[in-house]
Amino acid sequence: MPQKIVKSKIIFEGEIVETIGEVSTEEYERWGANENLKVVGKPVSRIDGYDKVSGSAVYTFDKILQRMVYARTLRSPLPHAKIKRIDISKALKVNGILDVITFQNTEDIDWYWNSSKLFDPHLRYQGDEIACAAAETAELAEQALKLIEVDYDELPFAVNTKKALESDPEKLTGFKKPDLFTYDRGDFSKGISESDESVEDTFTTPVVIHNPTEVHCSTVAWDGGKLTVWDSTQAIFSVRNAVADSLKININDVRVIKKYMGGGFGSKLEAGKYTVMAALLARRLGRPVKIYLDRREMNLAVGNRPDSHQTLKVWGKRDGTITAMSYKSFGAVGAYPQGAAANWPFRTMYKCPNIKVEDQNVFINAGRARAFRAPGHVQGVFALDSIIDDFAYKIGMDPIDLRLKNYAEVDQVFNVPYTSKLLKEAYSAGAQAINWDLRNKIPGSGNGVIKRGIGMASQIWWGGGGPPAHAMLKLERGGYLTVISGTQDIGTGTYTILAQVAAEILEIPMEKIEVILGDTGVGPYAPSSGGSQTIASVAPAVRDASEKMKSKLISAAAAIMEIPEDKIKYNNGEIESIEDPAKKLSIADILKELREESLLMNGSREANPDGYTTNSFGAQFADVSVDTETGKITVNKIAAAHDIGRPMNQKTLENQFHGGILQGLSYALMEERVIDESTGQVVNLNMHDYKIPTVKDVPKIEIIIVSKSDDLVNNVGAKGIGEPAIIPTAGAIANAVYNAIGVRIKSLPITPDKVLNAIYKFN
Amino acid sequence: MQMIAIEFNLNGILVKAEVNPGVRLIDFLRDEYGLTGTKEGCGIGECGACTIILDGKAVNSCLILACQIDGKEILTIEGLANSGELHRLQENFLKKGAVQCGFCTPGMIISAYSLLLLNPNPAEQEIREAIAGNLCRCTGYKQIISAIEESIVVNIEND
Ligand code: FES
Ligand code: FES
Repeated sequence: MPQKIVKSKIIFEGEIVETIGEVSTEEYERWGANENLKVVGKPVSRIDGYDKVSGSAVYTFDKILQRMVYARTLRSPLPHAKIKRIDISKALKVNGILDVITFQNTEDIDWYWNSSKLFDPHLRYQGDEIACAAAETAELAEQALKLIEVDYDELPFAVNTKKALESDPEKLTGFKKPDLFTYDRGDFSKGISESDESVEDTFTTPVVIHNPTEVHCSTVAWDGGKLTVWDSTQAIFSVRNAVADSLKININDVRVIKKYMGGGFGSKLEAGKYTVMAALLARRLGRPVKIYLDRREMNLAVGNRPDSHQTLKVWGKRDGTITAMSYKSFGAVGAYPQGAAANWPFRTMYKCPNIKVEDQNVFINAGRARAFRAPGHVQGVFALDSIIDDFAYKIGMDPIDLRLKNYAEVDQVFNVPYTSKLLKEAYSAGAQAINWDLRNKIPGSGNGVIKRGIGMASQIWWGGGGPPAHAMLKLERGGYLTVISGTQDIGTGTYTILAQVAAEILEIPMEKIEVILGDTGVGPYAPSSGGSQTIASVAPAVRDASEKMKSKLISAAAAIMEIPEDKIKYNNGEIESIEDPAKKLSIADILKELREESLLMNGSREANPDGYTTNSFGAQFADVSVDTETGKITVNKIAAAHDIGRPMNQKTLENQFHGGILQGLSYALMEERVIDESTGQVVNLNMHDYKIPTVKDVPKIEIIIVSKSDDLVNNVGAKGIGEPAIIPTAGAIANAVYNAIGVRIKSLPITPDKVLNAIYKFN
Repeated sequence: MQMIAIEFNLNGILVKAEVNPGVRLIDFLRDEYGLTGTKEGCGIGECGACTIILDGKAVNSCLILACQIDGKEILTIEGLANSGELHRLQENFLKKGAVQCGFCTPGMIISAYSLLLLNPNPAEQEIREAIAGNLCRCTGYKQIISAIEESIVVNIEND
């Protein structure tokens, strides 16, 4: 079988990951445009749609087991403290309260890359785990938490990133200051000497919270020494490994299942402490345990998009050629190791031979950062595309012309070409959709109280996926097909798209295809669902398996009909003799003849092409109105033009883009975690105070896909779409606001008070 | 604790139960009847995931106690389909791609159902108003609005 173990490079959430894995070496004919296809690319309805609209879909939060008990978690009320004394005896006396675990009665389990423990008596942020109680009901478990007595040694803290940067980090968390990240390219002083003009500014972005609608939760059950974990996760294999390592049990003694989940956006990309706590309690009690976080905990303890304080400077010639750029930023990772860097777009988006980058992660006494839909890029593009616009206006150039003037034909970090790049096409399609010519040639030059403006920003992301990623097919009696893979559908439509790929190749109707994902006990390995890599990694594995299944069916038909294989063709899900088309077999006939209940086939993702890098590209354009008396911003329209390779399903694509753009809009205008600096307490811990957008915040949105397929990236031609959708929205809105009022707001979210202050100061 | 006896109509069936006075309606429906289509997103009336119909009106079941429903009529998402056949709203949510992760979907459909009960021919603004208390973090709402618009026919009660 043409399979091989190869070294491959993939970029996941901004990290370059070298993998050695099994790949398919089969080369398949490229599909061409979607118009040539029957199922892929069509607006096929979700195959899991019935379950979801009927209310019968069982999410992790809905998992109810016999004899199940409930667990809730006690969290630090203080931003920084050490536990002096903890007493759980009162809690344990109440009828119905079954168990309480703390650092005192559990083994040490390493957490956060060995920087801390599952229960660490050194509490580094408001929300750090102190104890976990199990009881017959969730209310009783919560009552238990209130009865736990804790005395604290309060310690100095900082929740303001700038102040934390100026303090001794070891006093705040006990951790050393993270190393400064630096990157240099070219001859910086030469770049400066070649320039005629320069612009410089500092941009800040807030901490924002994922807030998926389903809270983080697990239900766990032991059966002898075997543990089954239902978890609301984007990464079943990561959870399996973390749970097995934590409990020091074999990996194949842990099975992680996730069928349906209510969103994640990155917050569910890693194993949670709560899952391990539930497993410990379940083992001690001999009963299944359901554990969940409430909305307050969701806003404290399961990650966030870190803030950023980015100072950018651009030097260039009067003709628009950028000759040098510098970038200096810092951002808070929270109280435990994580990354907060936002400089990737700066290094690659626009052509510039001479650049300098410094990026500093900072520990503060607040919830730890986590990947959040296009980590780094959302912050980075806002700052980068703001300063690029400033430079364009300074030299009197159309902002799109400036971007075209500095168009990067190759990836400047790796110095290799892209598998595809249709950013120019995105610029022109988006400009047309928004009526680019109607923008104010001089920002702020419109008349009246309500001022209108148009702005845009560019997008770059990875999302080409890569190996290892595997899929299995099971073809059964009657011609029914099951596609099995160890990836997971986090709501994006993976179930449906994988079925479409198999349906395309094997020409089996969608109704006869079942897809099983999200079960480490069943599916072969496939990557976690993050980085917009799921479809670009797994769909090619499904195509590989389907093509091989097709060959198997042809060889079976040859044996049955006693015709050589080369005299047989596969036609519309039937296998027929070329010479005598009356002679044919259906898939069901073949299975019957073979007396097999099932035919099996494995498939794998091929290696990524050597000498290329894969990125998705795009541009979003915003049309806004700013009320200069109230400061209120109304987004009239967002036009989004993107190059994402092949669109696999028009319906799920629209969902992804609309949802991503709305998240980007609220990042630009509404969302922000607020902490009281004197107490270290987060003040907006519910969805009333932490605003996520409602239906009333939705602008007009136009989605234009400028790509048909990326034939180099993989055998289905797809690049990921989940993250591209959110990346340029805030930058486009910020530039549109500038175009409307002629004053730049350099800090997100752009709230009415900031608008009024800026206008007032300017006049 | 003194249990309270209640009698109510649940998705068309008359049921009797004894409830603990402190139990929330959402837990009662989910834990006693396995009606887990009613979701919990916040527990404090902010997300709309737990929306059900109580005597013809959409309410947040996380804010109501089970003992308050004595003598009343409850409709949950599971009661909307008729012998396996989806209600027009459910059909259109599917067809229009108004579902992504699906966690907000039952609450969203129930809010839309209640709107159409009271106002069979709503304008887009009224649709937006009716689902403004239902948060969706995935879809961007556009397809949800079109699914509801697509479901408008006068005389929904004849369905
Ligand atoms: S769970 Fe009832 S409104 Fe959120
Ligand atoms: S579809 Fe995920 S919250 Fe609405």
